[in-house]
Order: sequence, then C-alpha cells, then structure tokens
Amino acid sequence: MKKSRMTVVVAGAAVFSLALGACSSGSVSSSGGKQNLTVEDYYTKTYDPIYQDCATQVGVNVNPVHVAGAALIAKVLQQASSKTLPDVLMLDNPDVQQIAQTGALAPLSDFGVTAPAGDVPAVVQAGTYQGKLYGIAPVINSIALYYNVDMLNAAGLTPPTTWDELRADAKSLTDPSKGVYGFAMSNINTYEGTWQFLPFFWTNGGDEKNISTPGAVQALQFVLDLQNDGSMSKSSVTWAQSDVNNQFIAGKAAMMINGPWQLPALNATKGLHFASVPIPVRTSSQKVVAPLGGETFNVPQTGDKTKMALAGKFVACLNTPAMQLKIAKVSGNVPADEATAATWAQSHPQVKSFVETVKTARSRTAELGPKWPTAATAIYTAVQLALTGKATPAAALQQAQASNH
Amino acid sequence: MAAVQADGARGTGRATPGTADSRRRRRYSRDLTGWLFVAPAIVFVFLFFGYPIIKNLTMSLQDYTTTTFFTGFAPWVGFSNYAAIVTDPIFITTVANTALFTIGSIVFQFAFGLGLALFFKRNFPLSGFLRSLLLLPWLLPLIASAAVWKWILDQGSGALNQFLGIFGIAPVPWLVNPTVALISVIGVNIWLGIPFNTTILYSGLQAVPEQLYEAASLDGAVGWKAFWHITWPSIRSVVGVVVVLGVVYTLKVVDIILGLTGGGPANSTQTLATWAYQKSFVQFLFGQGAAVSNLLIVVSLAFALAYLYMTRREVDE
Repeated sequence: MKKSRMTVVVAGAAVFSLALGACSSGSVSSSGGKQNLTVEDYYTKTYDPIYQDCATQVGVNVNPVHVAGAALIAKVLQQASSKTLPDVLMLDNPDVQQIAQTGALAPLSDFGVTAPAGDVPAVVQAGTYQGKLYGIAPVINSIALYYNVDMLNAAGLTPPTTWDELRADAKSLTDPSKGVYGFAMSNINTYEGTWQFLPFFWTNGGDEKNISTPGAVQALQFVLDLQNDGSMSKSSVTWAQSDVNNQFIAGKAAMMINGPWQLPALNATKGLHFASVPIPVRTSSQKVVAPLGGETFNVPQTGDKTKMALAGKFVACLNTPAMQLKIAKVSGNVPADEATAATWAQSHPQVKSFVETVKTARSRTAELGPKWPTAATAIYTAVQLALTGKATPAAALQQAQASNH
Repeated sequence: MAAVQADGARGTGRATPGTADSRRRRRYSRDLTGWLFVAPAIVFVFLFFGYPIIKNLTMSLQDYTTTTFFTGFAPWVGFSNYAAIVTDPIFITTVANTALFTIGSIVFQFAFGLGLALFFKRNFPLSGFLRSLLLLPWLLPLIASAAVWKWILDQGSGALNQFLGIFGIAPVPWLVNPTVALISVIGVNIWLGIPFNTTILYSGLQAVPEQLYEAASLDGAVGWKAFWHITWPSIRSVVGVVVVLGVVYTLKVVDIILGLTGGGPANSTQTLATWAYQKSFVQFLFGQGAAVSNLLIVVSLAFALAYLYMTRREVDE
C-alpha cells in the first residue's frame, strides 16, 4: 500500500521537477557571461561562503541548494530519472558507488581531476567505483572514544587502549546508584549501529563478505560482555548516536563512542570536561580500523559538457588542502590531506584522536561497493540479536550471514 | 453498417420522418454525455489506483534498482524477488508480527471503543466535551505521537517508568526487550485506534431506536440482556465495517512503528509494511520491496472484499 502511494509521489515529483527544469534551463546563462553552477548538498548556509570562494576561483556563479539529509538520495533518484541532476552533487561517501553504478555520475578523470596526493588512502577508496574515481571528500571523520575527564580522574584511571582495559575501566566507572554507566555506544537497528560496531569488528579481523568468523564473534562477544557487566545500558539497542551523546552530556555515561560532529554540542555544555582517544583494540599489536565518514563532491552527467568541465574544476578546488582547511573550520571535521590535518590537530587538540584514526580508516564500500547496504543490514541485525539475548554472538552472526548475499 | 441501416429505415418508414436516425443520434449523445460524466472518475481511478498497482506488480517482477532511475532499464527476473522474500530468515517473523500486531490492535481497539461508545451513550453532563477530547489521538500527526510515546516509554528516563518507580516497580524495558517492544507498539496503536472505533460505534448506537429498549424493559430485558438481544443485533453491520476497515488500516501501519522502534530490536516489531519500506527505501531493493507490499495488498484486498460483501448485504436487508 505504502509502496503504491510512493510510486505516485515519485512519478508526480518527476513530472513536477521536469517542469521546473524546463523553466530554469532557460535562465541558465547569466550575468557577465559567467556560467551558473548548481551545487546540491545536505549542509546548511554555513557552506555558502566556501562555495562562493571556489566559484570565484573557477570563474562561475554558484547556486547552492541545501536538502534535508534524509531526503537527499530520494531527491537524487528523482533527478536522475527526470534528467535534472545538479552540476555539482554532494554525497555521503558510502552512497557514491551506489549512485556511480547508476551511470548518473561522470568519472573525474574526464576532467583531469585526481584526488590530492596527500589525502588519506580511504578517501580514494570511498570515491572509486570499478577503478574510476567519481568523488572526493575534502574533509573526513570517523569515531573515537570520548571520556569524561572528571570521572576518570576521580576513579584514578587513565584512558583505556585495549579491550581489557576498556572493560575494566567501564566496570569501575559504573555506578548504578547514580544511574551512571561506564560506557555507551549506539547499537541501533540502522546503519548508524553498524557504523559504531565496525571499529571492533574490523580491527579484530571481521570482514563484511562473511560476517560469521571467529574474529567477528570475539568482537560481538566483547560488546555483549560490556552489557552483561552492567557497564553498558541495555537501551543501547535503541540509541542513535545523538542519544549516546545526550547520555554522555547528562553525565550518565563516563565514556562513549562518537564522532567529531558532536564537538559543538559537547563544548557548549558547561562544566563538562572531556577528551578523546582512538578506540581501544583487542591486543596492543593491533591498529584500529574504523570506518571513514565524510561527504564527497561529484559531477553528475547533466549532458552539458561545458558546465561539467567547470564542475570538475569546482570539485578540484574544494579539495585543495587550503580549501580543506577552510571547510574543516566550518564543519569541525578533519582535512583529508594528512599534512594539513596534522597542522589542524596542533591548533585544535580536540580532533587529534580523529586525525589519528582516519589515517588507518577504511571505506565501508571498499569491498562490496553498491552491495554494502545488505552487509550493513546483516551486521546491525547480528548485533541486535546478540544484545537482546535472542542468540549467542556466534549464532547471531551466523543467522545474519544467511541474509548477507 | 449504420449508414445502410439508416438509409433502409428512411426508405421504408417515411411516415415517421428521421425518427430512427434522430433517436439513435439522441441515444449516442446521451451515451456520450454519460461517458463524459464518468470520465473524470475513470481517469482518476486509472491514474491514481490502477497505474500504481500495475506498476507495483511489474516492479515486483523486475530487478528494479537505483540504476533503473537513471537508465530506465529494469531486467525481468520472474518470481525471484518473491522467492528471495519468502526464503529470507525474517519472513516468518515478519508475518507472525503482522498477524499479532493486527489481531492485538483490533481486539483491544474494538473492546475499548465499544465500551466507551456505550458509556457515552448515557449522555451525562460534559459527555459531549469528553467525547471530543477522546478524538485527540486522531488529531495529532502520527510522527509527533510516535516521538512523544518514544520519550514516554524510554527505559532510563521515560515518564512511564518514572511514574511506575513511585510504586517501587523496576524500570520496564518497554522498547528494549524484543517481546515487550511488540506489546508496547501494539499498545500505542490501540491508543491511536480507539477514537475511530468509538466514533463509528457511537454513531451506530445512536441509530438504535429508543422504543426497542422501552419495549424490551417491559419484558424484563435490561442491562446485559438488552445489550445482547437489542444493541448487538442492531449494530452488527456497523461492527463489521469497523472491524474490516480497522484490519485494513492496521495492516498498513508504518509510521508509528518506524517512529517507535524502526522495526527493532532484532526485528521484533518488523511487520510486512515496515519491511517493505526497509527493502525499498533503506536498502534500495525496490523489486523486493514491491513484492512484500504486493503480499500486503493481497491480504488487504481479501478484507476489502469482505467489507464490500458486508455492505452489500446490508443494502439487501
């Protein structure tokens, strides 16, 4: 029922946007003979000065369109079917391959654009589909372990670096009488839950092609142990990352897994002293492998060769280390260029753990490409089965693997 | 053919000049006028009901992906989408959840609705005001209701657990425990459905002639007996309508479940409707999503036919 209604909506919207497209295409060439580039993203007006900056450098006029985050992909699909794609399109990095597969994006090599040489390897991984680069992310992020400095000091603890330390610290930081849990993370039944479990899963050798391996079982068992110890609330299966952040801000969690986009909210909380370290690993010989976050800029196939070439230049401009730094200042994310990121971390110690983490981060679509959503669904399903006690970690992963193909 | 006949008619029947011809023309124009009156309805039905359903059927037989949006090409794959759905490990869970959700919701919505309708039939002071208050859940946007309920049912800081805590009851994992979560979601849906049931049943009760009760009371039928022998038979057709429409409305519930649990934890509140949504708009498996919603359409259709049958019988009576 829902479906059929949706088809009408999509069809209707397609007709409508066709009509709009027809209107706007007439007024495209504009003041001073400069071309107009439409940039579509899910950011806010804070990005407009950055776009303006690059527009001046490339010699075009820019028209930013900000869409609500959840609606972006639906809108892109509509635009793809009605051939009204914007000139420059921002996409969340795990969606790039999915959209590139449709043929709606142009390879950046068509315009002689490559990723900056200093960018961390995961950026190229995330933007590449079948050997061709379709999108580059100027700024990136990942997740790390935040901790409440006052609580750790009171307990005489230093930030954990291994799973054993994390487990022990979480246990001693837990205080049921005050409703304080030692540790919090999001294990919700969405891709956010998958994203948060990945550092444990990947670092310990887990792989999305076959999620039912001993390393994966160990990782899931570890998260379950945290819950069984009473160090992590059973509610984590319903918490989004923003809920986890609220628990931490309210002083109900001494440590949490979260990203740099929470920094503004954390800094705005009076009396909260916090810091972060990379997510602990099982044995000290392991190097943390966390998922790469961040949005890439892409050039859709609009059919207008002149504008597509300009759009390519525009994307290249956004990704220059100088612009990366500007965008980092607006977004709180990490510049993709390693050297720039190192400089950035020196003046902004709060992002240091993220700068460290993204160096070895992995792109979610690196292995499965457009098939990632199926694996991501299987992974959060396994986590949920284990944490709700419906199956043991081994059985949960095995069960979820059955629908991972 | 028509021209030959018309000529023939003209040749033989000069006495009634042009009668057959003009009669026929009149009939044509009458038919045409009729069709013109019906045309908007036909166009509407085909455009907004026929087309989406046919599109949904064809989509379920195709490998319809994000690529299709750009290329317009979706290869035919026969029934493999249906096969993928039926063999999926959570298919059985989903069907069972849909059945439990629908039956649980309908039974309690109806019981509460009927109880309240009978209660308000007594017309006591302020009953009109209270009755309108009862419509409140119906007037709130579903997403808003879901968000508020999610907050009320939160295990750690939710209003309900805080309240129960006063009586020394340990926090209940309303949306966290798989079994309790399904009950919670059904509970919220019951709350949502009560106004509909009360309103329709109340209007049904209004239509029962008062004399029947007066006559029956002379024969000693009061209270429960009066309900069973007068009220129930009189509102039987209304009851049928309420239940059948209730089932159809409940089967397709998506928003309240997505708002409360998103189908979780561990798929314990996943129904066919939310699963179809998940397949199509989260995993972008449009073909499989269409297959799931077609299953749902078939079930709904069965109840819709039952509804038509019941209302027709009502007319016959």
